[in-house]
Amino acid sequence: MLSLEQIKKEYLEAASHFKKRIVVCAGTGCIANGSMKVFKSLKNAAAMHSLDVCVEFKPCDSKDHDILLSGSGCQGFCQVGPLVTIEPDGILYTHVKPEDAEEIIEKTVINGDMIERLLYLDQNTGKHCHGADDIPFYTLQQRTALKECGHVDPENIREYISHDGYFAARDAYLNYTAEEICKRVEDAGLRGRGGGGFPTGRKWHFARIEKEPKKYVVCNGDEGDPGAFMDRSILEGNPHSVIEGMMIAAKAIGADEGYVYVRMEYPLACSRIRKAIRDAEELGILGNDVFGTGQAFDIHVVEGAGAFVCGEETALLASIEGKRGMPTPKPPFPAQQGLFGKPTVINNVETLALVPVVMKQTPEEYRKIGSPKSPGTKTFALTGHVVNTGLIEVPFGTTLRQIVFEIGGGVLDKDGKINNDAFKAVQIGGPSGGCLTKEHLDLPLHYDSLAEVGAMVGSGGLVVMNDSTCMVKIASYFMGFTQMESCGKCVPCREGTRQMKEILDDISEGKGTEESLELLEELGKAIKITSLCGLGKSAPNPGLSTLRFFRDEYLAHVKAGYCPTGQCKALTAITIDPEACRGCTLCKRVCPVGAISGEVKQPHKIDPMVCIKCGACINACKFKAIS
Amino acid sequence: MKSEKYVYINNRPVLWEDEPNILALARKAHITIPTFCYHSELSVYGACRMCLVEVEGRGLVTSCSTAPFEGMRVKTHTNQILKLRKIIIEMLLANHDRECTQCDRSADCKLREISYQLGVNDLRLRKTREPREIDTGSPSLVRDPNKCVLCGDCVRFCDEVQGIGAIDFVNRGEDVVVSPAYGKSLANVDCVHCGQCAAVCPTGAITIKNQTRDVWADIENPDKIVVAQIAPAVRVALAEMFNLAPNQQNTGKMVTAMRMVGFDKVFDTAFTADLTVIEEANEFLNRKLNGGKLPIFTSCCPAWVKFAEQSHPRLLNNLSTCRSPQQMFGSLAKVQLPEMLGVEKEKLSVVSIMPCTAKKFEAGRPEFAPGGVRDVDHVLTTQELGRMIKEAGINFADLEPSSFDLAMGFATGAGVIFGNSGGVSEAVVRYAADKLNLDLPEVIDLMPTYLDQGFKSAEVDTPVGKIRFAVVHGLKSAHELAEKIERGEEYYDVIEVMACPGGCIGGAGQPIASSIQHRAKRAESINHTDKMMNLHRSQDNPFMKELYERLLEEPNSEKAHELLHTHYHSRKRITDEEIQFFDQSDESRCKVKVCVGTSCFLRGAQEILGHTLKTVQDNGWNRYFEVAATFCTENCDKGPTIVIGDQVVHKATLADVDRILTEEAKRREA
Repeated sequence: MLSLEQIKKEYLEAASHFKKRIVVCAGTGCIANGSMKVFKSLKNAAAMHSLDVCVEFKPCDSKDHDILLSGSGCQGFCQVGPLVTIEPDGILYTHVKPEDAEEIIEKTVINGDMIERLLYLDQNTGKHCHGADDIPFYTLQQRTALKECGHVDPENIREYISHDGYFAARDAYLNYTAEEICKRVEDAGLRGRGGGGFPTGRKWHFARIEKEPKKYVVCNGDEGDPGAFMDRSILEGNPHSVIEGMMIAAKAIGADEGYVYVRMEYPLACSRIRKAIRDAEELGILGNDVFGTGQAFDIHVVEGAGAFVCGEETALLASIEGKRGMPTPKPPFPAQQGLFGKPTVINNVETLALVPVVMKQTPEEYRKIGSPKSPGTKTFALTGHVVNTGLIEVPFGTTLRQIVFEIGGGVLDKDGKINNDAFKAVQIGGPSGGCLTKEHLDLPLHYDSLAEVGAMVGSGGLVVMNDSTCMVKIASYFMGFTQMESCGKCVPCREGTRQMKEILDDISEGKGTEESLELLEELGKAIKITSLCGLGKSAPNPGLSTLRFFRDEYLAHVKAGYCPTGQCKALTAITIDPEACRGCTLCKRVCPVGAISGEVKQPHKIDPMVCIKCGACINACKFKAIS
Repeated sequence: MKSEKYVYINNRPVLWEDEPNILALARKAHITIPTFCYHSELSVYGACRMCLVEVEGRGLVTSCSTAPFEGMRVKTHTNQILKLRKIIIEMLLANHDRECTQCDRSADCKLREISYQLGVNDLRLRKTREPREIDTGSPSLVRDPNKCVLCGDCVRFCDEVQGIGAIDFVNRGEDVVVSPAYGKSLANVDCVHCGQCAAVCPTGAITIKNQTRDVWADIENPDKIVVAQIAPAVRVALAEMFNLAPNQQNTGKMVTAMRMVGFDKVFDTAFTADLTVIEEANEFLNRKLNGGKLPIFTSCCPAWVKFAEQSHPRLLNNLSTCRSPQQMFGSLAKVQLPEMLGVEKEKLSVVSIMPCTAKKFEAGRPEFAPGGVRDVDHVLTTQELGRMIKEAGINFADLEPSSFDLAMGFATGAGVIFGNSGGVSEAVVRYAADKLNLDLPEVIDLMPTYLDQGFKSAEVDTPVGKIRFAVVHGLKSAHELAEKIERGEEYYDVIEVMACPGGCIGGAGQPIASSIQHRAKRAESINHTDKMMNLHRSQDNPFMKELYERLLEEPNSEKAHELLHTHYHSRKRITDEEIQFFDQSDESRCKVKVCVGTSCFLRGAQEILGHTLKTVQDNGWNRYFEVAATFCTENCDKGPTIVIGDQVVHKATLADVDRILTEEAKRREA
């Protein structure tokens, strides 16, 4: 009979035999930056110092060891990777190279000294931080779904159990009815982290009440938003939490089979979740007799082919069934007729990873974090013109100001300097989310507040943009993405987004008029109302929300023929170099619209709001002062 | 007693019986909600978004996918709805090939009709796509993706009713098209040419291959004698082209019209249908009595024959060896008519008028072109004949009827009912009843006309044992039955298969009107024609007796086999060249990848990509470099990132690109 307590006890006992633990981040970002080479060098360096290094943790091993060297999942701060943590000291080294291994072993592991060069330098204070405990990027976060990522070895199920892993699933199977689980999750206020924010407990309830013996639980790991990688990080860093969440969902609705749908572009996530499932099967956690209840639960992994639309639940289910990933009209909802026509609960990775957390505490306790209608925490992938990029997790209700200026360490201006005044906007919720501006800096971020301002939590992408970013161009860029990734099934999403992009490009190329803006808005609204699926309904958001908050910038493009950021080449203002201008007045005389002013022998000036960019002045100038 | 339930559409109560959705209910209330993708015989698809209606308490929903509920209040034409429908039409029209006058479907195009109804007269959106290639490879159909609205009706019909899936959606975003596998022509895939895709297409994206020009040319050629054969189902549908109801009275008008068009002789395919009955019934009885291969499958339907060749090669010996009535006619015509009409064989043009697009394919099969000369020279569909009559300016409605030419224009009712699914079986029983001395009336009505289900069966007791008949229409039903037969789960003696819904009357060559009700009228009309005829059994056709005495000797004789029978062979589903999955790119070139992920984009990657492409182009360095845009390389904070060969450059600038490309190019030049 499986005893989680026994496994936990054995693990902790064995772990107590290590003097030090070195954790090398083995997330995709750090691996790409060479963390596996660092791992090897550390191992060699330790061996050279005749230290006893254990790289394969054996729970029955009661021998004393000097070092436990292990890999971890993504720690979120990919930008300063490869990351190496030394426990129990809590020292975090950044940008570690294989050449540093020798020094780390000698100075830090053996002598207990810190290597300042490898510590994180807080650019705002100029201080070196000793570990995650004093790096603002981490201290201002509240990691829940990501809590164990970067701390546990994702390939070691026993370590997960030693952190009370699978206790919640066991509790669910042994001590709760299906109805009680649904209620508990609903009372805790857990909402879907994949985009829609639908109450998870309610979703389960709908599947639970279906009278059909065969039901499915599906984990949506088809993270398609560019720049968002929270689901990948969880699957890579703590795959067992997802399995445990799926088990609880299975018990809650009466399912005996589950699918994890992961993007093929996440090979590491695929292999880790597969290994985790195998390990759970070996221990008898998954299989025909879950926790001795006689109930079965098996999980399969399906790799997606990389279509953005497959993140939409009905399209994802079609894809698992081997069909082309295209959404179907709802109703019927998956809870009624989902995978292979059977009642199906489909939740995203982050939601499922939070389920054990929710089950381990009372709904009241869980509700203490976050905001009333959006309890708990949310991960965001912070990127763009910001000092610290990476994966963060904060309580709902945190403001943009806290995220960008504190956790993110501030905005980078066009010269790469920290300058918070250069903040212009953030694109939140992925390409089809919406943009937030300076006026939203103190808006508490949660599902409802974002919906009110025409944006959404979405998957949690958060792209910071400084004032050198042209909102017309950025809208066109994101519209290009939503257009390219449209499945093409319904007319508005397929044709309408293309037309919106066309108009945006027109505006950027100086061919736009005020009618263009009206048409853009009309199209956007029509697409929003008439599209078949959630992705289509949100596809026009980049255009609509920039138009809403940066109308002046659009007007500058179409009325004044001028791109305020100078990003639209066709609309860059023609200027006169005051150094080169001799004040000959020739340009002023050839200008057909009187846009040039200036006294004789004084440098002249062009009024960009009047200039029609005919280029007559450029040709006329004998001193090459105009460009 | 159950109380009646009402739904309020535009404030008027409408009795809700069993209508599955608001759209169907509205039709009952005489409101046609515009739609492209709703088709009552196919699954609900919900893609065109035209059928939006407003439901109180729920807002805008698609009426095709929303079930009514008691007391539901629906509005079908609010200002908002009309405005949204209009802009969706605008979106569709922007890239549509709007050369409507040159389109085969200009008379009955739904897109044109709806945009007229909605008053779309100001198209503010513009073409964003290059013209796409038109697929003219198929002998039966033409696919023009430039006219496709992607409603998916064709895709679903091919998959859900025919069980083939010869076409499906490919690509994403605005590049989505309906295409055969691997972008091949319809001619080279498992398409059986049934043409139902064209019949359900709301626009001119899939049309019947128009061969009227060839026929006009033959008619105009003074050296040629042009004879026509007309299939049974044509006579009950042709009138629809002239807005007349399906009616047997129109048969005579049709013959007159064809003579006026310029056909020298007008014969009846029902004549060779009678012949098919005799040949096939004898073939069956031989098999039944002598332990031959049973069940016997009919082989009149060329779409079914191709399907069987592709998907059921093990059953090919079960197929009747009889050629279809069209091909029996062609063969007899080319053997007999030159002498009878005093014309050289090469100058005899045999044209068949069919309700069917697959007949175009059948007539081109090498088996039916002895010595390279086709038995049937041209195949026109009902639609094409209607077009010719219109082209000639003939007022069809006002014509006096006239009769078919003899002898090959004389048929019995048994030949005519071939047009309905179940007709072949009925005709065979009428023949067998006589031969086996059964006590049955002349008209048996073995399986009363059925259209709403794909399968039906019946039994007849005879001295040689019970004969079990099964009738299927729709190839998916046929496939399911064939699989059961192969697995030995079901047993029948005779299985009649027609690919099209309801049989030939629902053929894709018929005028566009593919509703069950419409087909029911045609089927009724066929049965009525049979009843009004003097003779109902093929064996009673005096010209059959004459034909056997003069030429064929007896049923299934050696001569009959030479002229009227054939054999089948298994067939590859996808033909022509191999599929190249990978570019045959030059391995020796240096790969240049520019990250265009979000972060790199913000840092100017697009400009770098453009510059890189331009630099390579301007310097003629295509032979050295292969430039590609790539997505996130996971170095977001160091962007823009470019990878040149095995060199990774972070925070790349235009100068970096110039420097590295120049170095590499110089190295390669040296």
